[in-house]
Amino acid sequence: MPASLTFAIMDAPFENARTVTVFRLVQAALKAGHDVNVFAYEGAVGLSFARQAAHANAVHGRDAAAENHPLPRVWIEQLLGLAGKSGRKLDWVNCGLCVDERGMGEAIEGVRRGTPADLWKMSVESVNSLSVGTR
Amino acid sequence: MSKYLLIESRDSFSSNAAQEHVELAVALKHAGNEVTLYLVQNGVLPCRSGADGEPLHEAIAAGIEVLADDFSLSERGIADRDVARGVQPAAIDAVVERLAASWKVMFL
Repeated sequence: MPASLTFAIMDAPFENARTVTVFRLVQAALKAGHDVNVFAYEGAVGLSFARQAAHANAVHGRDAAAENHPLPRVWIEQLLGLAGKSGRKLDWVNCGLCVDERGMGEAIEGVRRGTPADLWKMSVESVNSLSVGTR
Repeated sequence: MSKYLLIESRDSFSSNAAQEHVELAVALKHAGNEVTLYLVQNGVLPCRSGADGEPLHEAIAAGIEVLADDFSLSERGIADRDVARGVQPAAIDAVVERLAASWKVMFL
C-alpha cells in the first residue's frame, strides 16, 4: 500500500557512505510506489548545489569525461526524474538557514527552500520518518 | 509489543558503539519486542564467516533477525556464501517495507 515517507539528512556531499545509503533508500521507496519527502539540513544542503562540477584527474591522465566523477546533484535529478516517471512525489527541501550560512542558494530545479517547520509538517503527514544524522 | 529496525552502519572492529547497539537490540528483544538488525556500509564487515564475533552471535542467539545489505556486501567483495550463518543478505527494500509498515526505525 503506498505510503508517504520522510527522510531527514545531514551529511555534506562527497564525505560519507551514508549519503549513498540515503539515495538508495529514496530510490527504493519511489520504486515501491511511495511518496517521499527529504529534508536536507546542515551540510546536506550542498547535495543539490547546482554549481557542483565534474573534474579531470591529472594524476591519472583522465579528462573530466573519462573521470566521470559522480555528482550528488545529478543523482538527485535522477531521483526527481524517477518520481516524475512513476507518478510519485519527491519533495526535496533544503533548510534555508543552512543554505544561507553556506552561500548555497543555487539549488537544482525541483529542490525547494524551506524551514524546520517543513520537516515537522512532512513528518506529521507521513506514515514514518527516518533521521540520518552526521556522527 | 513494538517492532524495531536498527540500521547499523558501523562495524564492531572500529567502533565500540556497534557493541552498544547490539546490547540495545537485545534489550529490546528481551522486553518482548520484534527486532531486526539491518547491517549496512561497514556494518556488514562483521558478518563475514570467520570474522563474525561475539556481538553478532549475541544478536542471533537472542532471536533477532539479522539482515545484511546486499549492495554493501557486494561493494566489499563479500559473497552470499561468505556470510555467517544466521545472517541473511537482503536488499535495502527491506528497510523501506518496514518504514512503510510503521516500524520504529533508527539509523545508527
